[in-house]
Amino acid sequence: MAIDTSKVATSNSSAATPAKPGRAGAVATWADERLGLAGMAKKNLRKVFPDHWSFMLGEIALWSFVVLLLSGVFLTLWFTPSMSEIHYEGSYDQMRGIAMSEAMASTLGISFDVRGGLLMRQMHHWAAMLFIASMMIHLLRVFFTGAHRKPRELNWVIGSLLLLLGTLEGFTGYSLPDDLLSGTGVRAADGFMKSIPVVGSYMSFFLFGGEFPGDSIIPRLYIIHVLLIPGLLLALIAAHMLLLVYHKHTQWPGPGRTEENVVGFPMLPVYAAKAGGFFFIVFGVTALMGGLMQINPIWLYGPYDPSKVTAGSQPDWYMGWPDGALRIMPGWETHLFGNFTIAWNVFLPIIVLPGLMFTILMLLPFLEAWITGDKREHHLLQRPRNAPTRTALMVALMTFYGLLWMAGGNDIIAIKLNSSINTITYMLRFLVFVGPIIAFVITRRWCISLQRHDNEKLLHGYETGIIMRSPEGGYSEKHLPINPSAAYVLSARERDEVYTVEQETDENGIPAPASRAKALRAKLSTLWFADNVQAPTAAEIEAAHHHADHEHELQAALDGHAADGHQFDGHHSVEGDPLRGSDQH
Amino acid sequence: MRLLNRSAGRLSRHRRSRLAGLVLLLIGLLTTGGITYAVMPSSSAGDAQSNAVQVEEGRKLFLQGCSFCHGQNGEGITTINGDNYGPSLVGVGAAAVHFQVETGRMPLVQPGVQGQAKPETYSAEEVEQLAAYVASLGPGPARPDEAEWTTAGLTEEEREAAISRGGQIFLTNCTACHNFNGKGGAMPQGGYAPDLSNTEAVHIYEAMLTGPGQMDSFSNGNLSPEEKRDVIAYLYSLRDQPAYGGFSLGGLGPVSEGMFAWLLGIGGLVGFAVWIAAHTTRTKKKKVEA
Ligand code: HEC
Ligand code: HEC
Ligand code: HEM
Repeated sequence: MAIDTSKVATSNSSAATPAKPGRAGAVATWADERLGLAGMAKKNLRKVFPDHWSFMLGEIALWSFVVLLLSGVFLTLWFTPSMSEIHYEGSYDQMRGIAMSEAMASTLGISFDVRGGLLMRQMHHWAAMLFIASMMIHLLRVFFTGAHRKPRELNWVIGSLLLLLGTLEGFTGYSLPDDLLSGTGVRAADGFMKSIPVVGSYMSFFLFGGEFPGDSIIPRLYIIHVLLIPGLLLALIAAHMLLLVYHKHTQWPGPGRTEENVVGFPMLPVYAAKAGGFFFIVFGVTALMGGLMQINPIWLYGPYDPSKVTAGSQPDWYMGWPDGALRIMPGWETHLFGNFTIAWNVFLPIIVLPGLMFTILMLLPFLEAWITGDKREHHLLQRPRNAPTRTALMVALMTFYGLLWMAGGNDIIAIKLNSSINTITYMLRFLVFVGPIIAFVITRRWCISLQRHDNEKLLHGYETGIIMRSPEGGYSEKHLPINPSAAYVLSARERDEVYTVEQETDENGIPAPASRAKALRAKLSTLWFADNVQAPTAAEIEAAHHHADHEHELQAALDGHAADGHQFDGHHSVEGDPLRGSDQH
Repeated sequence: MRLLNRSAGRLSRHRRSRLAGLVLLLIGLLTTGGITYAVMPSSSAGDAQSNAVQVEEGRKLFLQGCSFCHGQNGEGITTINGDNYGPSLVGVGAAAVHFQVETGRMPLVQPGVQGQAKPETYSAEEVEQLAAYVASLGPGPARPDEAEWTTAGLTEEEREAAISRGGQIFLTNCTACHNFNGKGGAMPQGGYAPDLSNTEAVHIYEAMLTGPGQMDSFSNGNLSPEEKRDVIAYLYSLRDQPAYGGFSLGGLGPVSEGMFAWLLGIGGLVGFAVWIAAHTTRTKKKKVEA
């Protein structure tokens, strides 16, 4: 089916014509004359957004952030960020009379003595999990479709920072109640810091205001949690959105969609209605989860106490993968000069590895651009299969992440699958190295096969499932051309351009040796695109159609007879077209 | 956050009004009386003799069902490479037998794997006989009786105090293996600390007393009978507690929460995104065309 684009805006240039202002209009005019918003709004409200479900993943993150702001402000009204010790006298029986910090007591208070408090706490926590999860799937969408390429690299960097800050915000948040589980986490964080050679113990003393636990960590985490990081997040989200508007949204290739335009619906009314509606859906889902599913039951953990610990002490899921790395790391240590220990078993998995992974994440667009030598702007998206190496690279990273994630839950997996925690740990030590490589190879070959399949469809049409028998008795399957808009989608992609080193010649005409970096780059670029299947050229399509026409000619004798039967392929109406032979009864 | 765990030190301080002592005494007398009646054989044969009969019957059962692993005289059997088919039962006491046999752990199906709770194979009387036999091998903890863990005689206030004290003891001594909710956790080499949410009070008591498998034993010098009672009271109070905040998702902590956030939360929201994106003005057009 061809898509009718006559009803959708294709540019942002034509402004809406204002109707006669009513009373609301008068207010608006009053405001506009002072704030001058209308000019800006006119342009921006006509901004066009393309429509695809995967473009809404970032929106989940945005809306869950709004839920976090709302529920978080509610929590601040009752939460007391203090570590001074009191005896709990609230309405949760099992804890009554127990000594705990005010932070813990006030969180119990929010849970049991504030109307709607537990709902708000649970919504806040679920929204935090959804916030970070949706940022991650949004990131995956961007990368798999090539939306991180020029000119959007900086927005990728901002997004990565948002992910990092969101994670830290989550960690500081769930540490606030000062319960046994999160206290164990803070204790672990203290150890992580101390594993940094030379400066580690100073950093820890600085953060805790002395030896762990001291009595300032909760107030400090509180300020970081409700002021510092939310402020940074807000600023970065604003920058992220501004850049989005400035670059305009990417879109899938399709008839009428080019690198120069955006086809979709204008901000008002269509897109705003959809986005606004989606806010309520995200809010609703969070509220349902908060209302129906228990999360972080601090009343079961009890107050933090360094002499206690519980099985199943895990961080929230987004901190799970470094925890996994820590769990499967062999216990390596180096002792220097007798009294100086470098704890590789902590330092490598929890300080070096996440730092390294995050750097790789931030640099991905730049690495890719450097390897491919691609300096063009891209506003049309790529299907993941059409960039096999990139897709495979991300799948390999995901595999690495996923395996470490598993390692983070090794004890739970052991009891739920009746297996040995030792076996799981040893297996994962091996798999984190091998798994990503296997995933890379499989994904890459898979993508290339899909490309090949696409080309087959373009050149020879789709498989009808109709088997023809020739007079000689040979069998063949009949192929029919795919419809034009599907063909457009398959063929609308650029041909890969491998970066090659230009041989410069000096004044004597002797080729100058290419610089080593350039040679490396050319080599990587060749590997990057190796074995990719290119979209067929116009000439190839022409030739294929010619070939198909020829075949049709050969079969022409059968035309007009219901013999070839392709009308029964589900794409045609078969009314009044009896099956062959059915008229003989 | 406090540096020291004070809860353990403060345990026995604020408890018991004066009346409670009296009530306790009364209850103690009543229950001992009751139990004597229950245990007393209907025949009027002397205790010593009936005990000898019990031991003898127990020995027969033991030879049939247990000696394969534990040896003809309960001395244990060592394999060539130094492991036990079954450990020596000298001195483990009647409590251990009650626990192991009544939870269905013994007779073990196969040496080398952790005993699992399963339907019990012996009748109450046979367990009594087995226990008597094993107890005769050497002195060990006897079977505790209900008076030791019941909170029936306590006032509402005392019971509440017992429960919150029990919670702290539980968090200090047991959650490291059994999880904060008593839902169980992993132990090395495929072992596991089981879910405690359906274990009977007497078996909780006996488990603490005898320390089955990889579990430590908490003798009465270690955790006093009152402290054991408090732990049991706490575990029972968790069972009676309504599910605050909704479904507990297995009560396993952040791992299951994370799984639900992804599967239900993100899964659901992506589903909604697909749904919204599919409902464009275009969909209407399609319908018109079709
Ligand atoms: C070192 C870890 C560890 C600690 C600490 C521990 N347990 Fe256990 N517990 C276990 C293991 C392992 C088993 C299973 C033993 C077996 O069957 O071999 C077990 C079994 C039990 C059982 C039997 C459950 C059933 O239904 O069969 C109870 C009850 C129990 N423990 C209670 C406690 C209590 C109460 C405490 C604290 C006072 C405690 N445990 C402390 C590891 C532990
Ligand atoms: C297949 C071998 C096997 C059989 C049969 C068996 N046991 Fe055991 N038993 C074991 C092993 C092994 C252990 C150690 C369990 C552990 O450490 O988890 C054990 C432990 C015990 C214990 C706990 C010892 C302690 O230190 O607390 C008792 C009591 C016991 N068995 C009684 C019995 C009785 C009574 C029978 C017969 C009804 C029986 N067993 C049959 C192998 C067996
Ligand atoms: C990206 C944003 C945020 C994330 C990821 C986040 C995450 C969290 C988490 C996981 C908790 C633990 C909740 C629990 O007890 O189970 C928490 C607690 C808390 N958050 Fe946030 N939060 C965010 C923003 C905010 C904001 C903007 C505020 C307030 C202005 C806020 C205020 C609080 C307060 C007061 C608590 C402690 C109360 C409690 O634990 O019940 N949060 N946060």
